[in-house]
Amino acid sequence: MAPRCRRYPLPLPRSSTGSGSRRFISSPVDSSVAAGSGVAGAKGSTSKALNSGVAWYAGIRGKLYERKYGSDFYKWGSGASLGGVRHARVASMPAVGAKFDAKPEDCIEVSVDGKDVTVAKGMTVLQACEVAGVDIPRFCYHPRLSIAGNCRMCLVEVEKTPKPVASCAMPALPGMKIKTTTPLVKKAREGVMEFLLINHPLDCPICDQGGECDLQDQSMVYGSDRGRFIEAKRSVTDKNLGPLVKTVMTRCIQCTRCVRFASEIAGVQDLGVLGRGGAEEIGTYVEKLMVSELSGNVIDICPVGALTSKPSAFTVRSWELKSTESVDVSDAIGANIRVDSRGPEVMRVIPRLNEEVNEEWISDKARFAYDGLKRQRLNEPLIRREGQLEPISWPQALKTVAEAALKVNPDEMAAIAGKLSDAESMMALKDFMNRLGCERLWVEGNSEDTVADLRSNYLVNSTIAGLENTDACLLVGTELRIEAPLLNHRLRKAVRNSRAKVGVIGPETELHLKAEHLGNSTDILASIAEGKHPFAQTLSSAKFPTIIVGSGVLQRSDKEAVLAAVQTIAHKANVIREDWNGYNFLLLNAAQAAGLDLGFVPGSRAPVGDKKSIKFLYLLGADDLTPEDIPADAFVVYQGHHGDRSAYRADVILPGVAYTEKEGTYENTEGRTQQTSPAVPTVGDARDDWKIIRALSEIAGVKLPYDTLNGVRARMLAVAPNLFRVDELEPATPLPKESLPETKGKLDSSPFKRAVENFYMTDPISRASKTMAQCTAAYGRS
Amino acid sequence: MLRVASRRLLQAESAGFRWVAASRDFHSTPASAAPTPEAREQKDWSAVLDKSMNTLFLTELFRGMNLALKHFFDKKVTINYPFEKGPLSPRFRGEHALRRYATGEERCIACKLCEAVCPAQAITIEAEAREDGSRRTTRYDIDMTKCIYCGFCQEACPVDAIVEGPNFEFVTETHEELLYDKEKLLQNGDRWETEIAENLRTEGLYR
Repeated sequence: MAPRCRRYPLPLPRSSTGSGSRRFISSPVDSSVAAGSGVAGAKGSTSKALNSGVAWYAGIRGKLYERKYGSDFYKWGSGASLGGVRHARVASMPAVGAKFDAKPEDCIEVSVDGKDVTVAKGMTVLQACEVAGVDIPRFCYHPRLSIAGNCRMCLVEVEKTPKPVASCAMPALPGMKIKTTTPLVKKAREGVMEFLLINHPLDCPICDQGGECDLQDQSMVYGSDRGRFIEAKRSVTDKNLGPLVKTVMTRCIQCTRCVRFASEIAGVQDLGVLGRGGAEEIGTYVEKLMVSELSGNVIDICPVGALTSKPSAFTVRSWELKSTESVDVSDAIGANIRVDSRGPEVMRVIPRLNEEVNEEWISDKARFAYDGLKRQRLNEPLIRREGQLEPISWPQALKTVAEAALKVNPDEMAAIAGKLSDAESMMALKDFMNRLGCERLWVEGNSEDTVADLRSNYLVNSTIAGLENTDACLLVGTELRIEAPLLNHRLRKAVRNSRAKVGVIGPETELHLKAEHLGNSTDILASIAEGKHPFAQTLSSAKFPTIIVGSGVLQRSDKEAVLAAVQTIAHKANVIREDWNGYNFLLLNAAQAAGLDLGFVPGSRAPVGDKKSIKFLYLLGADDLTPEDIPADAFVVYQGHHGDRSAYRADVILPGVAYTEKEGTYENTEGRTQQTSPAVPTVGDARDDWKIIRALSEIAGVKLPYDTLNGVRARMLAVAPNLFRVDELEPATPLPKESLPETKGKLDSSPFKRAVENFYMTDPISRASKTMAQCTAAYGRS
Repeated sequence: MLRVASRRLLQAESAGFRWVAASRDFHSTPASAAPTPEAREQKDWSAVLDKSMNTLFLTELFRGMNLALKHFFDKKVTINYPFEKGPLSPRFRGEHALRRYATGEERCIACKLCEAVCPAQAITIEAEAREDGSRRTTRYDIDMTKCIYCGFCQEACPVDAIVEGPNFEFVTETHEELLYDKEKLLQNGDRWETEIAENLRTEGLYR
């Protein structure tokens, strides 16, 4: 009876053979990928790459258990580590009661409450209990963090042990008889709970965690209705962690999850434990803000109300909220989020689990920019009369726009889609402009002459999760931490777990990971391409080399030469091959990938360059053009949800809806199609973006052939079929080496510029957000 | 004679009189059906004699007059309502009030438990941090026309802020006046604090 039940594919190198079908290919690790393979001593650096375990647990515990249970129990160091355990949990650890997959020889049998279960070697007792479907209470244990074993809430009884054992830190051994429901266990946990509550203030009525608090829930099971503690309770000074995280340190139970998160996930050594015993405190050593783009996640991992959201302090109770599953649009990663709303207001945004995109983290911008959704909104059509914007009815507004469009020669028209545009509205706008005869279209972030011929040239081909496997990475013209914090986290994992080497060409930025700054000049790029630079050797000797090019290079005049040089490096270092495509082009905005897939790029007949000839400009939420860029005599239509920069230049404003109010399709930077869902009603007289364009097309006499959202999607299916397959990743087939185009132009010696000046304010929503403004003030250019 | 009376009553009933109930009490048989010969045979003659004597000497009349006379000299039970009022239990659940601490600080900490427990969903609360960082409501509304006066809100309150006071006289001319806001509720609290505090003190033992 081989316990081969289900395969949890790891983010492995993806096959990119002609068929384009998505399939995980067989690689040396594939057969031993399953849980605990690292523990069993899998060989080679591939498994090393897969081991997400790190030195955290290394020293003491590893040696101790090695001595106690024999050397094959688990080893740390080269080749294998306890990382296998954590990896098992992260990538293939099943949900409670689910089955996992491992080779029979990597499995052991344990008994949980009399029920025999087969688990992978190296799993902890707690994980074995989860496989058996038994939920163990815990505070300090978190599957994505190292094991601390300090809360003692997970105590269970193991036969033939003198004392209850902390299940999170105890490895499961063959034949172990685990008991979780005995009076001893109950008494032990009640004792732990009583101690935890000694110094807990019990201020649940004023605590924002109330209603969703682990301590509150557990105390309902293991707590007493009265305390025996009559001495004075301890109180702790609150720490200032910046404008995002509110601290009430008296509530802290010292589980140290936040400390481990900061050092292991965020990569900042800002938090630590001070003092011992009753004087133990979590703090920042010296008064200091926590500077990380992922800092908001400590709110989610804190099991009590010690760390809560500062912007939404006291405003909301968990039971009042309606949850809607959606997708973040603040960057091109497409993190999965849950939008919690009360009535017509978005009250908070929290991450949703998706192992392949964001795991369970989101960036601070995704989490906190929602208050911008309530400010500066456009809620009725406006028209400019004598320099002032005045309200106007929808039919009149559409008629004005249609008349203005029909007056202009198609060559003098242009349409720009903004950073947050959904695929449906871009499809409608492209169809509308094409029917008017205009082909001058582009999406913000792409340059005005981007070509979208080859899909693999504008996607993160290694996939976001696959970046963890890399062992050498070259960053070109990108500040990864600021442009895509979650991708930076994946790279950080690769660096931590398999000591991946990272080289950076571009502006010098702290990435919170060990990286070598090679310089900020195209000369370095050229010398790597010629193989003269030492990093060329690093790349070509790597098994899974990756290159990440920031889309900031698209704004350079010599972008073709830069991209050609990168392609040369890629092919010389074997970055693109049958079983692995490590060429990654990192997009900046949520709309970019879908726009490129839909062909929202200038057509062959479109005039390029001079914007002075534009007489009719359609801005679909696009705000990057300054009023000076737009010719004074141009008729500007602004369709969008925020009265941001370009709205002030508009002649007609058509109010659209934000991503929390519509069902829109977005494609992330790795080519994964995802959809947002409406969480709150639209504001005022605003309408769905694609509907506005559809109505406009009818008035302009070029009626678009769809009336429903499904109609638009059917049209998208014809243009880019992958946009119809929601939640699926469509890998791109790279161009073979031989068919590379000739390099045009020469490398310019000017340094790479920053693509994002301020992480906290990149789009109309975050620019309208008060919280993001506070962050900008507190962290400066972060 | 009885039979005559009963027949008269039956006629009265058909004539639209509403004495049917009385006539039913008189007979054990349904008023509409005449007594059967067997039932007439079985009659207890002493009971018939008793009833006849009662009727003959009008004893019921005198007993009734006696009762009336007794109450004439008894203590009055009616009160002159707006000027006089009946007793109220300390647990009486009347008009709502938001209380303050002796320092003047409002008690309510915006925990929203009353809002959550309210079965009629009459309470609406919005909260945010006050300038000094403390947790306070910015809005505390009770729709008194939705409220069913169950008292769950005061039981849920961890700080005895929302209470149902002893006031039951808060009729208004319009519906809108019964939509209470925080200001009105705090005013109620200030006005009734003495009574509310006394009630809470006496009832504290049992809660």
